[in-house]
Amino acid sequence: MSFDVAIARTLGTTRIDIAFTVEDGLTVLFGPSGVGKTSVLNMIAGLLKPDQGHIRVAGTTLFDAAARIDIPPEQRRIGYVFQDGRLFPHRRVRANLLYGHRRATPDGNALAFGDVVAFLGIAHLLDRWPRALSGGEIQRVAIGRALLSGARTLLMDEPLSSLDRARREDVMTVILRLRDELNMPILYVTHDPAEADRLATRRILLHPA
Amino acid sequence: MLLGPDDLAIVALSLKVSGVAMAVALPLAFALAYLLARGRFPGKALVDAIVHLPLVLPPVVTGWLLLLAFGRNGPVGGWLESQFGISVMFRWTGAAIAAAIMALPLMVRAIRLSIESVDRRLEGAARTLGAGPWRTFATITLPLSMPGVLAGLVLGFARSIGEFGATITFVSNIPGETRTLPIAIYSALQIPGNDGTVFRLASIAVALSLVALILSEWLARRGTDHKDRHVL
Repeated sequence: MSFDVAIARTLGTTRIDIAFTVEDGLTVLFGPSGVGKTSVLNMIAGLLKPDQGHIRVAGTTLFDAAARIDIPPEQRRIGYVFQDGRLFPHRRVRANLLYGHRRATPDGNALAFGDVVAFLGIAHLLDRWPRALSGGEIQRVAIGRALLSGARTLLMDEPLSSLDRARREDVMTVILRLRDELNMPILYVTHDPAEADRLATRRILLHPA
Repeated sequence: MLLGPDDLAIVALSLKVSGVAMAVALPLAFALAYLLARGRFPGKALVDAIVHLPLVLPPVVTGWLLLLAFGRNGPVGGWLESQFGISVMFRWTGAAIAAAIMALPLMVRAIRLSIESVDRRLEGAARTLGAGPWRTFATITLPLSMPGVLAGLVLGFARSIGEFGATITFVSNIPGETRTLPIAIYSALQIPGNDGTVFRLASIAVALSLVALILSEWLARRGTDHKDRHVL
């Protein structure tokens, strides 16, 4: 079981209450905007604390309100690719990629720097500043940064939404290869049906509560 | 215009006083700025007001309050005397304390603004990449707020070089000990026929202030578009 999630949280007037368990592959969290999809990812990553429930990822309990377990985000080993990439503006691409790499515990899953750079086709970007990258390049670097941090699973929050059609195709191919070649369990948020059709192994529909 | 040994001694004393004042004030200013930018606690408005008090209070009053606090019978002065046998009264160390207190509000303002402008979502991203709170602070928050820290430091340094009222009230006007640049200018003005000395010292003051202003302006501008500047 890759993700075993049952969480509830009230944010202002929005009530998020969701439970699902999924196996490996790419699971699309699908639903209208404002329903709290990003908040669900933030809670799984540990950036937002649920009011109640539990989160288990790859067999490890990361959060359990009843058992008072709340693993801090830096120990969860979950890669998070944000909508806007969120690269560190004061570090070059290489330093962004290596940010989580040195602390990553080497194990069977650990990916080598050279492999990831080749996999994503970003070797020519390594000495650039994030400011000098296109939207598609930013997302590929952001994916690389998450992979190199020793992540066992990936969360992706509308990683294609800020890209034009050509760049979309580009990054979409990378995501499909993550799913199929690296067998990386991925939880993927989008509200674009076409994107969901292309990428999803299965989908979970979020309703407004 | 030639500077004599007396002039140089005054400048050296001023630089020493301001340098030590900054070394003391900077960590304090950063901690206060961080607290005011990020903290949520009861009495925050009061802390904010107290930090800014030296900015609006007549400097003479600040000097008098320092006199009360650091005097032999004052709460801080009495403690320093009994614990370490030291007194800052009429000493250059006292001048440094006055300079630090007077520069603090300016520094806190500049640093606070730059901490508030740091995108907190970048800190969240760092956490998901395995960085704990301290590493996140050291590698994301601190470097991204550095332009404001440097600008605050330069502004504070200029302010403390110019400090007069609180200093002369607190530690008086002792040649070679507490007679800093502005106090030396004031003293020279008290004696007729000292126009040359006044002119030389005033020129130094203008030059130092100008350099500081230009430097802080440059640092602030570099801060707002430092992402562009770093492109290649």
